[in-house]
Amino acid sequence: MTDTTTSHSGAKPQRSFNIAQMLLEGRAFFALIAIILVFSYLSPNYATVSNFLIMSNHVAIFGLLAIGMLLVILNGGIDLSVGSVLGLTGVFSGYLMQGVQLEGAGVILYPPVWVVIVLTLALGAFVGFCNGVLIAWFKVPAFVATLGSLYVARGVALLMTNGLTYNNLSGDALLGNTGFDWLGFNRIAGVPVGVIVLVIVALLAAILLMRTAFGRWLYASGGNERAAELSGVPVKRVQITVYMLSGLCAAIAGLVLSSQLTSAGPTAGTTYELTAIAAVVVGGASMMGGRGTVQGTLLGAFVIGFLSDGLVIVGVSSYWQTVFTGAVIVLAVMLNSIQYGGKGARR
Amino acid sequence: MSTSDITVDQVVLSARNIAKSFGAVQALKGVNFDIHRGQVTTLFGENGAGKSTLMKILSGVQLPSSGELLLNGVPVHIGSTVEARELGISIIHQELSLAPNMTVRDNVFMGREIMGPMGVNFAEEERQCRALMQELEEDIDPLALVEDLRLGQQQIVEIARALSVNSNILIMDEPTSALSAAEVEVLFKVIHDLKAKGVSIVYISHHLEEALTISDHAVVLRDGQMTAYAPRADIDLDWIVRNMVGENFDLGTPPQTRFGPPALVISNLSVPMASGTGLAVDQLDLTVHKGEIVCIYGLMGAGRTELMECAAGRISPSAGDVRLNDRSVAQMSIAQRIDAGLVLVPEDRQRDGLVQTMTVGRNLSLASIRRFTRGLFTHLGAERQIIDASIKEVTVKTDGPGAPIGSLSGGNQQKVVIGKMLVTHPDVILLDEPSRGIDIGAKAEVFRILAQHAAQGMAVVYSTSEVGECLSIAHRILVMRRGKIVAQFTHDTTKEAIMAASGESLVA
Ligand SMILES: Nc1ncnc2c1ncn2[C@@H]1O[C@H](COP(=O)(O)OP(=O)(O)OP(=O)(O)O)[C@@H](O)[C@H]1O
Ligand SMILES: [Mg+2]
Repeated sequence: MTDTTTSHSGAKPQRSFNIAQMLLEGRAFFALIAIILVFSYLSPNYATVSNFLIMSNHVAIFGLLAIGMLLVILNGGIDLSVGSVLGLTGVFSGYLMQGVQLEGAGVILYPPVWVVIVLTLALGAFVGFCNGVLIAWFKVPAFVATLGSLYVARGVALLMTNGLTYNNLSGDALLGNTGFDWLGFNRIAGVPVGVIVLVIVALLAAILLMRTAFGRWLYASGGNERAAELSGVPVKRVQITVYMLSGLCAAIAGLVLSSQLTSAGPTAGTTYELTAIAAVVVGGASMMGGRGTVQGTLLGAFVIGFLSDGLVIVGVSSYWQTVFTGAVIVLAVMLNSIQYGGKGARR
Repeated sequence: MSTSDITVDQVVLSARNIAKSFGAVQALKGVNFDIHRGQVTTLFGENGAGKSTLMKILSGVQLPSSGELLLNGVPVHIGSTVEARELGISIIHQELSLAPNMTVRDNVFMGREIMGPMGVNFAEEERQCRALMQELEEDIDPLALVEDLRLGQQQIVEIARALSVNSNILIMDEPTSALSAAEVEVLFKVIHDLKAKGVSIVYISHHLEEALTISDHAVVLRDGQMTAYAPRADIDLDWIVRNMVGENFDLGTPPQTRFGPPALVISNLSVPMASGTGLAVDQLDLTVHKGEIVCIYGLMGAGRTELMECAAGRISPSAGDVRLNDRSVAQMSIAQRIDAGLVLVPEDRQRDGLVQTMTVGRNLSLASIRRFTRGLFTHLGAERQIIDASIKEVTVKTDGPGAPIGSLSGGNQQKVVIGKMLVTHPDVILLDEPSRGIDIGAKAEVFRILAQHAAQGMAVVYSTSEVGECLSIAHRILVMRRGKIVAQFTHDTTKEAIMAASGESLVA
């Protein structure tokens, strides 16, 4: 997995203007500005507060998944299961909100909302833990392991609901389990709770990466696992933790989404993993591991979210939306390789 | 030094006024450099002097910032390695550039596959590859994966690849840093044959004596400038050292200290070969005391690397025990061993030593993260102190802790790997070929640093394939052969005795 040899072609001098350098490094930021400007020009409805809030709500879901994905990609891995885990955890929370029938006792238990949330998060982390163990201890390639859990998680979600959707998640005051929709609907100082959750998770992730030993371990083991291990980094523990955190982020996204919809369907989040990967890449992280930041990933999520919502608003057909999104991703990867190829870093 | 008298001295490739800068760093400041037909030009210089950079420019890997190249007197533009190859110039890189997941054969012919009617003619490639290995007197299977080879063998593959091109100008940037004396001898034979065929060679090495035996011309670079040039007849070792670093360095003597209690006790240790059958380390016993410096000499494949990696916890033994300060470390992870004070400086810095995506500073502090973590968070000030101390201690030549690790010259990268481990304040440090790729000044410095730490009670074990390094700071010299310690010497032995015990003949 680690690249043991070095290439010498990567040492070209970076003698471009500072402006070009700045544009390259801040490309996700400038892309976001450009997107906002272009769509504001094309549609009067784009640059309104209410639209920004709606779009941010969409971005929150992808952003949460993307932050988990970033951690995995920094480690040199990939987590294809996040979309399914989002669906599974959504359904699971719906199942708990509908009341759990205890077969023997003949009673229906209505767990309070905080219990629902804790159990749901634990489920997400557990799926991630399984991924991590498969990858770290059983040496299953990340792509394959998480592809497997993509199917398993989706299958379990369908089994739990028989393919149907849990519709009433608002709870009942009599049963003392109201408040689930708070995550999705409420606003604090005008900002949707989902967005606030995203900001908090992003802050925590940024602190984790920049100011903790774990963050340093993650960057090191993603950059060169063998060297990290010989320097005393517990590479296996880091790897498992990273997948657990990704599962946790997916569960948070699942909660926010089902709360936004006050319903939980087993097919929610299908192909979201791809959007999350796209956000990470657009945000400048390297798929080889070891490079990438939370800020970049957030910007990437906003670029993709604001672009696709903008296309909807100006009435571009959804087929074209797909084409545009694809083009943005390819462009981003191209720019990434220019940036990382030119820094005198011998890959 | 004989051919120059007979044939007319002809310059095939010459560099005129070459300058090269990387951002603020001026790696080359107007260098003139000539390559003579059918002769060996050796290039000497400290780490970071610009040797590799100059060679990369001659071989099309990098473009100069200014200056021109003349091939047989005609100005040429060498824009890529492919163009260079078409002009008959090939290079063996200092840092290996092989694809580890591919076979030896595929690596040798990468980019120049021999095509037959049915696509690549693998049989012919394999035959030629076998012939090359025979010429190099190496027993390497063309179908083996490169990642399964030892570092020295990988270097042989790299050499074979360059030889297979049949170029007129062959540049060798430290081709022997991981080779044993016997392998070097074979390579020198090959170089003599190539010279006879009119191939011009540029040779870079920090093994000065060795390089002198094949030079026809010597050029010394210092700080990006050519400081001296002379034909072989006019120079000796002193001349090189004087021009390279200004004064004569010796590699030191064993510090006069009283040994403490045993720090590292290895008993009855056996380690299986990576390939499965046989033992790489065979029931080996070794005791190293506090303050003692032990040198392990041996040929490639003698089991030195396996011994060290096993002691450090990288690979597990099939039998035996390792004790540190009278405590068994058998159940400890690598991290726990580092905390307990047992560290390893690995042989292959690119693969095992450095995280290429991180900065110089973060590489240096990587093994001491716990020491600058306060509660949950890392303390940047404390980290900075560790980094600065480390940069100063091993004198890394760098723009600053924020520079990418890939911007350092090979020798300075090696110092980072050593510095990273020294800064954890270990009780026992194992160094696998610590002098690989560092200049004599730096080598003397590394040995001085090690001796200094030993005087304060650190136990030092280092391995080397250069006999000269055995007779420096080591109190005790062990010779390893086929997984066993076959001989033991003290400081007052001779190179000849050590080499005889290792089972190799003396290099001329
Ligand atoms: N890609 C790069 N980016 C920035 N600086 C570089 C780069 N490549 C080389 N340098 C700098 O150029 C100088 C010369 O480096 P070079 O690798 O040519 O040294 P060298 O003489 O080969 O040393 P060594 O003996 O250690 O291999 C060094 O100061 C190095 O830090
Ligand atoms: Mg060099």
